[in-house]
Amino acid sequence: MSTTTLKPKQKKKTQGTNGSSFDNLEIFLLHLPTTIWYLIFCYAPMFGVVIAFKNYKVRPGKSFLWSLFKNSKWCGFDNFEFLFKSSYFESMLRNTLAYNFIFIILGVLVPVTLAILISQMYSRKMAKVCQTAMFLPHFLSWVVISYFVYAFLATDAGLVNNIGKSLGLTDGKHAWYADKNFWKYFLVFLNQWKGMGYGMVVYLATISGIDNEMYEAALIDGATKWQQTKYITIPCLRPIIGIMFIMAIGSIFRSDFGLFYQAPRNSGALVDITQTIDVYVYKALLERPNINMSSASSLLQSVCGCITIVAANLVVKKIDPDAGMF
Amino acid sequence: MAKKKEKKIVDGLLKFNRVHPVTNVAITALFIFLALLCFMPALLVLIVSFSSEKSVVTIGYSYFPLEWSLASYTYLFNQGAYIGKAFINSIFVTITGTALGLVMCSTMGYALSRPNYRLRKFFSYFILIPMLFSGGLVASYMINVNVLGLKNTYWALILPICCSSFYVVIMRTFFQTSVPEAIIESAKIDGARQIRIFAQIVLPISLPSIATIGLFFTFAYWNDWMMAKYYLNTNMQDIFPLQYVLITLENNIDFLSRNAEFMGPEQTNNLPAETVRMAMVMVAVVPIACSYPFFQKYFISGLTIGAVKG
Repeated sequence: MSTTTLKPKQKKKTQGTNGSSFDNLEIFLLHLPTTIWYLIFCYAPMFGVVIAFKNYKVRPGKSFLWSLFKNSKWCGFDNFEFLFKSSYFESMLRNTLAYNFIFIILGVLVPVTLAILISQMYSRKMAKVCQTAMFLPHFLSWVVISYFVYAFLATDAGLVNNIGKSLGLTDGKHAWYADKNFWKYFLVFLNQWKGMGYGMVVYLATISGIDNEMYEAALIDGATKWQQTKYITIPCLRPIIGIMFIMAIGSIFRSDFGLFYQAPRNSGALVDITQTIDVYVYKALLERPNINMSSASSLLQSVCGCITIVAANLVVKKIDPDAGMF
Repeated sequence: MAKKKEKKIVDGLLKFNRVHPVTNVAITALFIFLALLCFMPALLVLIVSFSSEKSVVTIGYSYFPLEWSLASYTYLFNQGAYIGKAFINSIFVTITGTALGLVMCSTMGYALSRPNYRLRKFFSYFILIPMLFSGGLVASYMINVNVLGLKNTYWALILPICCSSFYVVIMRTFFQTSVPEAIIESAKIDGARQIRIFAQIVLPISLPSIATIGLFFTFAYWNDWMMAKYYLNTNMQDIFPLQYVLITLENNIDFLSRNAEFMGPEQTNNLPAETVRMAMVMVAVVPIACSYPFFQKYFISGLTIGAVKG
């Protein structure tokens, strides 16, 4: 009895020494630089979105802020209207959403399957070697990967054309970088190729954390391997699948700029299938400047992304209260 | 003795619970195939970089070149100023960025891990909001270039990516789980200030987590090419990092070899344009490919802790 009454009192006392205003100040000073970084690089751009509602005009020799607030007129949603009416809007939205839809589904299915399979391999050593090799693409930049792809797909010297020629299957002159039909599937392949090792490791770490006793108990009850997977492994993976799923859904309006721009070497012939929102924003910002369109699509992307991530989190939390991200 | 026996039974159970040997062979074959799929492209580029230009011109890129040669690497070495500068730039950006990023993320992570910090809740939201909503590329670009004047400076390669809410959350979780409250408590009783507690007690115990996040940063900075693409003009070759040189060098070599055609066949043969590209790729890849297997376990621990909810 006496201990139970003592405990809260003690706790309160330690809280008192810990949370003095002096401590608070010191901790605040400690993370002040990071706070400033956040204000400059994350929060300032959030206010920078006003640019999407302006008819942005620069006057040389004047500062950006002067140009933005004094020289550029408010134009309401005109920029968005132009964007919606433009011919490429539909294709870039379709590309972004369609590819992401496929990526999200495969991004759960492939790594989970691979993780379950590799955890069943007899030889741990072999599994480790394979896992390390499969992790390699994750550490390579898209610039480097674009060169790897080039070594295979180059028209004159590429390995694929050369093998095709020596086997007599093709004339060895196929222009892969202009083949839309091929790249449609190849982009999906590249995405999986780069991501599968990473995804597999994430799920594998969870699988190896599952208590072996559960499997033993199931085995004694006569569960088959398939039943063990279905009733033990998959339920244990559910929270982490939930988190990965929310993160993927939250970025459904984003696309990997490197995959869609750098890997196809910005090939003009492929623009119909590689132009996603990110690629368009980049091109309209730096290659053929059209700030109004660019800022409008950039803001649209952020707003839609924000809505989807909050919605996805709510849905996942409804299904499984433990699986939410925040 | 009894324990040993028990362990034996458990091992036997596990053995009994394994998949069918035929299935095992199938799984092993599948994973060997996937491993090769991930590894062979890198090998092709490595072999091309060591083959002679003549071989590439005659039979194209191949795993079995007609003859081997070091010409591409000699060329890179002789053209050293440009490549060497890029290499040094990459190293400089990587080291500075990693150090800065670690300071940023660990201090914020520490603050959020203190249960009695009065502004904890506020700053938790402060770092959560950028995970949900961002101003987008155009607004960031405008601010970085026009307000901060980062265009064509080293800072453009470092500052925009030197902190991330994701890493802060990982750090916070690390501190919460691996630093015992009692240690901090005792240091406080001894009269240590928060800054001293952080630098002399918390950081040394958290070395594994620092290493993990440090590696994340190192690889991210070494592989980064987008910042250079956004913020560097094509004439600022002095501050190009290696990855960006890879993007631009292709055009430059095309230019060189086109010029070489006018000089006559001898010079054309002397310039190993095709293999130099691949040699350059190797210069960017080899440091990573050689080091990541050793750091893999840190990455995995980082990934799994990062997946703990924020």
